[in-house]
Amino acid sequence: MTYRNGTGTALARALGWFSIGLGAAELLAPRSLASMLGMQGRERLLQTYGVREVASGMAILAARDPSPWVWSRVAGDALDLATLAPALDESNPRREAAAIAVGAVTAVMLVDLLCTRELSRERERPPPRDYSDRSGFPQGVDRARGIARQPTTAMGG
Amino acid sequence: MRALCYHGKHDIRYDTVPDPEIEHPRDAIVKVSSCAICGSDLHLYDGFMPGMMNGDIIGHEFMGEVVEVGRENRKLKVGDRVVVPFTIVCGECDQCRRGNFSVCERTNRNAEMAAKMFGHSTAGLFGYTHLTGGYAGGQAEYVRVPFADVGPVKVPDGLTDEQVLFLGDILPTGWQAAVHCEIEPTDIVAVWGAGPVGQFCARSALMLGAKQVIVIDNVPERLSMARAGGAITIDFDEESVLERLEDLTAGKGPEKCIDAVGLEAHAGRSIDSMYDRAKQAMMMETDRPHVLREMIYVCRPGGIVSIPGVYGGVVDKIPFGAAMNKGLTFRMGQTHVNRWVDDLLRRIEEGQIDPSFVITHTVPLEHGPEYYDIFRDKHDGCVKVVLKP
Repeated sequence: MTYRNGTGTALARALGWFSIGLGAAELLAPRSLASMLGMQGRERLLQTYGVREVASGMAILAARDPSPWVWSRVAGDALDLATLAPALDESNPRREAAAIAVGAVTAVMLVDLLCTRELSRERERPPPRDYSDRSGFPQGVDRARGIARQPTTAMGG
Repeated sequence: MRALCYHGKHDIRYDTVPDPEIEHPRDAIVKVSSCAICGSDLHLYDGFMPGMMNGDIIGHEFMGEVVEVGRENRKLKVGDRVVVPFTIVCGECDQCRRGNFSVCERTNRNAEMAAKMFGHSTAGLFGYTHLTGGYAGGQAEYVRVPFADVGPVKVPDGLTDEQVLFLGDILPTGWQAAVHCEIEPTDIVAVWGAGPVGQFCARSALMLGAKQVIVIDNVPERLSMARAGGAITIDFDEESVLERLEDLTAGKGPEKCIDAVGLEAHAGRSIDSMYDRAKQAMMMETDRPHVLREMIYVCRPGGIVSIPGVYGGVVDKIPFGAAMNKGLTFRMGQTHVNRWVDDLLRRIEEGQIDPSFVITHTVPLEHGPEYYDIFRDKHDGCVKVVLKP
């Protein structure tokens, strides 16, 4: 299958870089993130998620067809929401921050879903045009081969 | 008059602007009959070239009819049909006399600015940033042509606009890139990029006698067009460029390599391309030189690397040790259009080549803004857009 560049591809690339950025933050600053969300003690989990994000971002950027990897992001979003849900408990003094994080993950999940839809539309495009009759050589390719072996380099003007 | 004007990154508008006037006795005013969007216009459109200002008229591939001439212009008369080279040349300076027209010493009105960036000034160009003089471009109904007693090329009525329009830039650009390769009958020439310039590089290499031409890209339409011109193609989405080139050259590498891609390489899945994207995003690198790196790596020792693709600033991680130790020769530069154009016009008249094969879309000038997107994104099988004012 020939993969064609379009809005879905551009969006997938943006999501790939976003994934790498978010993953790097989770990997490098888990303590700050955990403290911000009221999830102290779960720093190791955040770092694991960071590895997942970086891997998923690199796969999106490297794949010829990023669709499966964008779907893996959707699954990751669901996992993130499940992990954040306990932080919404009234006993969490940082629940407002956690609520903001839940909202952000939900928004990103919608963008991920939009991206999978656009990628699917790109694959439905018509087949590429055939330009095999456009040689540019009115007398044929064989006649053109070597026809200018001694190029004229005289100055014009 | 109406013209396509630059208003920032990804913002080209069909504006009403003042008509051009004769400003110098050597000038001429040309009423544009056909103009085209060039791949290097996309570098402006995508915001990679410094020195653009709001309202600049863009475009540097154009032709038309002379409707007014300055009193000292002895070459042209009203009614002449001309193709105008994208480089503005004086014909008198030391570089012009040597045939190095694209580095004319007199036509860049902002020579000081260019010298600060490049060390020396280069020629003035139509519609291509204030670093190259800030001259109004050719995607317009009318254009003022400075030094019009030197550059413009009169074309016979028997040839259509579509046959001669590309004499002003992309045909001689492809030709010069191939001539720079000093092609011998035993040479395999590899061309990176199957856009319009790459197509002309490939056909020029074939006409100049290459044993085999190989074209590398990932756009099916462009690859089919390259095959039509006698090239073997490599789709870098489908196969390894390095492995396939090794197979096709019995492990020796192509003797001659041409970079018809330039600063916006889109080989997004290679590690070095990701590195370039990241550095570019952090404004630590202006250009993405994936093709340059690959060419240096695969080129046969003692070979020639020819670069018609446009680069604008600084590049990173170029394997110069490989280039030096393999004894590669680098040839590059903006095109000395007037050095080649008479010979190429003769070849078109004789039917050796018909450059119109590359045109896939012809639309009114007012549709220009949307066709910048279509051309950039290679939608609808787009290879080359011609605009009609």
